[in-house]
Amino acid sequence: MNEPNKEYLKLIKEKMPKTKHFSTIVRAFIIGGLICCIGEALNDIYGLIFKTLSEDEIKSIVTITIILITAILTSFGIYDKIGNFGGAGSIIPITGFANAVVSPAIEHKKEGIILGLCSNMFKIAGPIIVVGITSSICVGIFVLFFKGAF
Amino acid sequence: MSQTKFFQNSVFIQETASIVGPKEADGPISGYFDRKLEDDLLGQKTYELAESKLHALTIRLLLNKAKLNEKDIDLCIGGDLTDEIYCSNFAMRDFDIPFLGMYSACATFGATLISAALYIYSGQMNKVVCSTTSHFSSAERQYRFPLEFGNQRTPLAQWTVTGCGASLLNNKEGHIKLESATIGKIVDFGVSDVNNMGAAMAPAAMKTILSHLEETSRDADYYDLIATGDLGDGGLQLLKEIAKDEGIRFDKTNCTDCGILIFNREAQKVGQGGSGAGCSSAVFNGYIYNKMIERQYRNVLLVPTGALISKTSSLQGQTIPGIAHAISFERI
Repeated sequence: MNEPNKEYLKLIKEKMPKTKHFSTIVRAFIIGGLICCIGEALNDIYGLIFKTLSEDEIKSIVTITIILITAILTSFGIYDKIGNFGGAGSIIPITGFANAVVSPAIEHKKEGIILGLCSNMFKIAGPIIVVGITSSICVGIFVLFFKGAF
Repeated sequence: MSQTKFFQNSVFIQETASIVGPKEADGPISGYFDRKLEDDLLGQKTYELAESKLHALTIRLLLNKAKLNEKDIDLCIGGDLTDEIYCSNFAMRDFDIPFLGMYSACATFGATLISAALYIYSGQMNKVVCSTTSHFSSAERQYRFPLEFGNQRTPLAQWTVTGCGASLLNNKEGHIKLESATIGKIVDFGVSDVNNMGAAMAPAAMKTILSHLEETSRDADYYDLIATGDLGDGGLQLLKEIAKDEGIRFDKTNCTDCGILIFNREAQKVGQGGSGAGCSSAVFNGYIYNKMIERQYRNVLLVPTGALISKTSSLQGQTIPGIAHAISFERI
């Protein structure tokens, strides 16, 4: 078994360039904030157009619109540039999730619809769904026992 | 047992050919490549097929430049980065030449040269073609994320070169001689960050260079140029640092890296520099070979380096073994 060379690993930490945290955080804040502002703006516009719909319904339409825009931007090769600039700012909003589903779908279409596109579509987003469902079950059980569901 | 093999006066480079992609064509040594692609898909349906075509085109170009037919060639040795070296195997469908596929990650070009030189030295073969290729899009898809996925690259990341280089080795006297070669051993110092390949490969490069210099009883300044494969900027600094501890001094020699030469690192936003099996082969067959022909360099040590990552090993939490082979060229 190969023993790690601790001195060398220390040297790497000293010598190799590090991520510039300040500029990446600022860029993430700008891009993330911008995406959320677009969402809010859409929310207000839809509120004026569809006066009969409830607030929850309007929120759903806003989410769907944002997902659609991201899917289109991804397929034209624009969203990866936004992501490269904005980092976590472009990953955390729903746009990041949409991009994570659409990009492998485009990439694996060449291996066929079923075995390529369908089986690889959730390659990146799959863990997010698993964690989401698992944690919601845990919260559900917690609520059932401690707050009384009925 | 000595790692270094000497070929006396029996192995020469007859001709070289190199083709690179559009991003490499914007780089500083663009003028030295034989052909530059405008479309990195080469009219194919997938990037893997494009890489195969790139490989086949380069070998065809080499044969044309050397004015040889397929039947004149004893053997082709080649490799690339894709699983099961898909692209090289498929490229060789177009040729009626015996073929050996090889994999040593980005050090494959070194492995092919050493094997070819030993076959020729043994007297069994006269003309052998060595070629390796890599393609940014096929490598990115295999080892990292889909192309359209909006992630950020770490400052340690390297950019896989879209390019292919091929050398024709023979036993007739020519301008450039393969003088000796050192076959590297696998070295693993415990680096586990898959984005930090330069750091994973630097110890392997150091050990191979150290063995080569010891076994040939030379100093580093014997060479006019020592070019490592694709350590990138950070990796090269690490190599110089750990080589100093072993008593190798690169002060008087021009020690650089093919991954640094091929791109304008800052302006082209390639992180630490280029990488990939096509990096050292395109830079050697394009830039270094021509510089030697122009008599700018007499003795050159090419040290292609490889980070032997597998998709499975990195997910299983394993560290990254590195390898480096050294080949010494001499201008006659």
